[in-house]
Formats: sequence, structure tokens, C-alpha cells
Amino acid sequence: MFNGRLTSIVKISLLSAIMALTGNVFADPVKAAFIYIGPTGDHGWTYAHDQGANYLKDKMGDNVEITRIESVAENSDSARVITSLARKNDIIFTTSFGYMNPTIKVAASYPDVKFEHATGYMRPTDNISTYSARFYEGRHVIGKIAGRMTESNVIGYIASFPIPEVIRGINSAFLAARSVNPDVQIKIVWVYTWFDPGKEADAANALIAQGADIIMQHTDSTAAMTVAEEKGVYAFGQASDMTAWGPNAHLTSIINDWGPYYLRQVQGVKDGTWTSTDTFDGIRQGMVKFARMTNMPIDVKNEASKAIIDVMTGAVHPFTGPINRQDGSVWLADGETPPMFPDIITMDFYVEGIDSQYPN
Amino acid sequence: MNEGLIIAIIIGISIASAPLIFAAIGELVVERSGVLNLGVEGMMIVGALAGFIVEFHTESSLLAVLAALLAGMAIASIFAFLTQILLTNHVATGLALTLFGLGIAAFVGRSYTEENIELISEVHIPLISDLPVIGPLLFSYNPLVYLAFIMVFLVWWFLFKTKQGLILRAIGDNHDAAHAIGHNVIRYRVLAILFGGAMAGIGGAFLSLVQVPIWGEGMTAGRGWIALALVVFSSWQPFKVILGALIFGGITVIQLHAQGFDIRISAAYMSMLPYLATIVILVSLRIRDKNKTNRTMPNCLGRIFHSTT
Repeated sequence: MFNGRLTSIVKISLLSAIMALTGNVFADPVKAAFIYIGPTGDHGWTYAHDQGANYLKDKMGDNVEITRIESVAENSDSARVITSLARKNDIIFTTSFGYMNPTIKVAASYPDVKFEHATGYMRPTDNISTYSARFYEGRHVIGKIAGRMTESNVIGYIASFPIPEVIRGINSAFLAARSVNPDVQIKIVWVYTWFDPGKEADAANALIAQGADIIMQHTDSTAAMTVAEEKGVYAFGQASDMTAWGPNAHLTSIINDWGPYYLRQVQGVKDGTWTSTDTFDGIRQGMVKFARMTNMPIDVKNEASKAIIDVMTGAVHPFTGPINRQDGSVWLADGETPPMFPDIITMDFYVEGIDSQYPN
Repeated sequence: MNEGLIIAIIIGISIASAPLIFAAIGELVVERSGVLNLGVEGMMIVGALAGFIVEFHTESSLLAVLAALLAGMAIASIFAFLTQILLTNHVATGLALTLFGLGIAAFVGRSYTEENIELISEVHIPLISDLPVIGPLLFSYNPLVYLAFIMVFLVWWFLFKTKQGLILRAIGDNHDAAHAIGHNVIRYRVLAILFGGAMAGIGGAFLSLVQVPIWGEGMTAGRGWIALALVVFSSWQPFKVILGALIFGGITVIQLHAQGFDIRISAAYMSMLPYLATIVILVSLRIRDKNKTNRTMPNCLGRIFHSTT
């Protein structure tokens, strides 16, 4: 009995010594959480964020523990989910605009946890960072392609919600299309959802029936691409490469590449260098990328490539004056480009030339 | 507005309405038998996935639709077992069925979000489908659209023209009396629930096989709940299901087209309308039925039946 006790004491001390040692060698992994608005299988917005999380895991391996919660509605549900995650994580990425208020609220109660809110602009406490990508730079490029490729001169645009992010995309695509084709018009249909394949397909069908021969989407599923393929028109993918859903319809896709940003921020938490920042990166920083350009003649492809390079080098800004607002008032004088805040960040008007009424 | 566009709108409405007709006509039979199954959304999504998977692997539309039908029935059988054999509460069990269906479909369907399939194509009858106007308007729909309308007719015929239909309605109105004169309440109800599951399954498969050739988690997006509202809207009359579905589905499609023409009607109001209509109809039914013995709403709706009580 005495022997037994002695052995257990030895065992325990050995065990604790090992634990202490390993504890010093491998610091605790950073606990990172991601909240998604849709399912990771949407092949759009949420899929792109999830790819970013995968990239983070690949690069940091055992130094990061990732929790992912998908399909979280932008209502009181999200506040509850964010709170429960805040109890167990070091850094939380809330990846939809609608999570803004819950993120801010929860962040105020958990000052030790870092919060990263995608596409938002409010950082009232110093544990919140905001980040977004300049998708309007991507829209500028696909606008050029659309302006060249359309024969009916009608571009159909499936829009989700009238928030600055979406408005910027519409304006940027329209201006770029007009710059290469003065007769082009844009038809905008708001579906008031991010993910409803059936409704997105209905919208694409409606636009095509009304004469659109190019479909752009700012919703998350691949439905519009499949409709374009079926109806024999062109379409652009959103957030990830959608070539597979429209081998003959796909022109290119704007790809959201969040991975490097996620790595940088989580590494920052690990190193203790994380600070509250506002990131708004575009083509140059690699946050906005493109899928392979397909189904277009070589000169259009070249023009699009040139547009990418122009934006990348800063030679061209997607919003370069003269541009008027839809009501005819002057927004940008000749050669002028808008400041990031408030003009681009809070954009809430159509530019002149767009026929549709601004949604209220 | 030209002819082609009007035809496109009508076809669009038919495609938006058909899944609602399937799900609602199935639920109508279920409710006529006195059972309230709130699991329509869950049965639809399982049908959507089953149809998609089978279409993907076999490329046979017929097998795909059959699979959706069987999958809907399979998940409905859980509900039948719980509510009819174990006598659980209809509402709670139905809600659980919806959550279960959404969850299991998301889980099983994981690996299928990457895939796409061939859509079931519209029928094309030589000569007749090519007739101007009448051709596209009457003879060029998807076969499943025709099936939806045929099912409504068959359900009407069954409920009001056959003896079994009469018994089923009697059970829904007074299960104790029906039981007393020797009818097997449980058997009728189980069969009705299975039929409801089959129809919801096909309704779901319509989304993934006819509307869009993709599988997406949660792609039914509340259509099962609309189907439930539709049954009330129809005041449990089969043909009114068609009317209701055309209104519910039509509003979505017309609203999208109106936007294309820049006719600005608030989308929020438009999507509210069908539900508002449902409430109005509920209230008016209540007032109309107040002093009558033959009510439109099945009297035993949602009540648990046990032969010893």
C-alpha cells in the first residue's frame, strides 16, 4: 500500500513536470471563431469566408483552434451566438454587415476578446476591427466586360439589400460598362435576401425575359449562373469561382480572398500585437481576385486585364469624375476621385444614367 | 409589354407556384383527416435533397422524383409513428420534424453543394407546343407543373367523390364518432400523413430539379410555411389551393418583374400581402362558421385520438 502510494506520487509529479514543460514549449492555441450568415456550401459569400478560415488553419496548424457557426440570422439570434462565442474565444469574426449592432454590444461586455466585423464601419470600443474588400474594384472590371459583351445593351443586376456595399457595386459596374458602351442600361432587381436559390433564379429569369443578356449578382448562391447557362446568356460569379455552374455562361467571377487577412489578425492576437484597425483592401492587396476569364474574345479579355492592372497600380479609380448623382447634382468634378469616408463607405445614391429608382 | 414577356411571366408564376401546390395539397389531405403536421418545410427539404442526389447519380428524372416522394414519406412516417402510435402532440412533433429535416438534409447534403445536374426539361409535343400563344401557354410547361394540377384534381375527386374520401373527412371532423361506427381512424390518418409527406417531398424536389439545378442547405427558404398558410387560405378546399398558390407564387414573380420595369411597389408590402389575406380569410371563416354545424375547418384538427377515450 505504501509502495502504491509512493508510485502514484512519483507518477503525479512526473506528469505535472511534463505538463509544465510542454506548457512552456507550446503556448495555448489562439481560439478563433467565425459566424456566417449562410451555409458554407453556398459557394458565395460564406463559402469564401470559410475558405479563409481553412487557409488560417492550414497556415497556423495547432496554433489555432477554429469554431465556425453557420446560417446565423441577423436578429437577436446573432447577439446570443456572439455572446456564447465570446465566453470561449480570443478573437471572433462576424462576417456579415447585419451583425454590426450585436458585435458592438457584445464587444463592450467582453473587453478582452477581439472582434472583427466584416463590411462594417463602427469601432466604438478598441477591441473591434472592421474589414472589408473593395469589391467595387472587382465590379469595375466586370462592368467593362459586360459593356463589351452585351448585345441587347441591358445588364441585369440581382441585388440583395440596399446597403452601401451593394450600391457601390451597382454604381461601379454601371459606370465601367457605360465607359465602354454608351448605350448600355442596367436593370436592377432587389430580392431582399442573401441566399434563396429559388428566388434568385426567379429574378434571373425575370431579368432575362426583360431583355438582359448579362446577369450580375450580389447574392450568394449559384442559382443565377445556372439560369444564365440554361437560357444561353452570360453571367458573372460572385465571391468564388462559379465556372462549374455555367461552363458556357460564365465570364469571370469576383473572388473574395480573406485568408491572408485572417492569418494576419489571428497571428496578431498570438503575438500580442493586435490593435483595432480598419482594413479596406482591394485588387492590389490581393483581397479581390478574379476567376479565369472564359467565353469572351481575346480583345475583351485584354481590356479586362488592363482594367485590373490600372486599378492595381492606382492609375484608374473606379469612381473618377465627372460623375453626377442620379438627380443630376454634381458628385465628382472632372478628374476628381471621392474620399473613402464618407462618400465610398456610406454610398447611398445611384449615379446619373441609371434608370431605376433608388430603393427606399 | 410584348407577348413573349407575358408568357415568360406566366411560366415564371407556374414555376414559383407548383412547389407550393404540391406541399399544400398534401397537407390539405393531412388536415382533412384531423392531423396538423407543421413539418412540411422539413419534408420538403429532404425531398429536395433526395431528388437532387438521385438525379445526380442516375441522371434519371423519374427515379429522382420517385426518390423525393419516398424520402418525403420516410420522414413523414416518423411523424405518423410519433403522433398516431405514441400519441404525441401534433404541433410540437411537427416543429421537431421541420428542424430535424433541415438539419439532416444539411448534414447529408454536405458533399453535394459542389455539384450541379441537368434540369428536368419542359414537355415538347410536336406541332401542338409550337402553336403560337396557345403552344407556350398551355402545352410547354414542365411535366411536374401538370402533375401538380392533376394532383389537385385527384385530391378533390378522392375527398368528395369516393367513399374513402368521405370517411377521411368524417374522421377529421369527429374521430370518436367515426371510430364508433367502425372506421380505423389511425390507419386513415397514417396513410394521409404519408401522402402529405410524398407530396411535400415532390414539392421540395421541384425546387432542386426544375427551378434550379443545385442543392443548397435551406433552399426551401420558408416555402413549407407558406404551404401551411395556403391550406388555411384555401379553407381546406382543394381548388382554392391552386388560386392561393398562384397568388402567393405570383406576387413574388410579378414583384421581381415590376422592379425590372421600375414600377416601385415596396417589396416588403408585397411579400406581406398573402399572409394578410390568410389572416383575413381565417377571421371571415370564423365569423361565417360561428352559427353553423358544418364548419369548413376540420373539427378534430390537431386533436389526439385514442380509441379508449
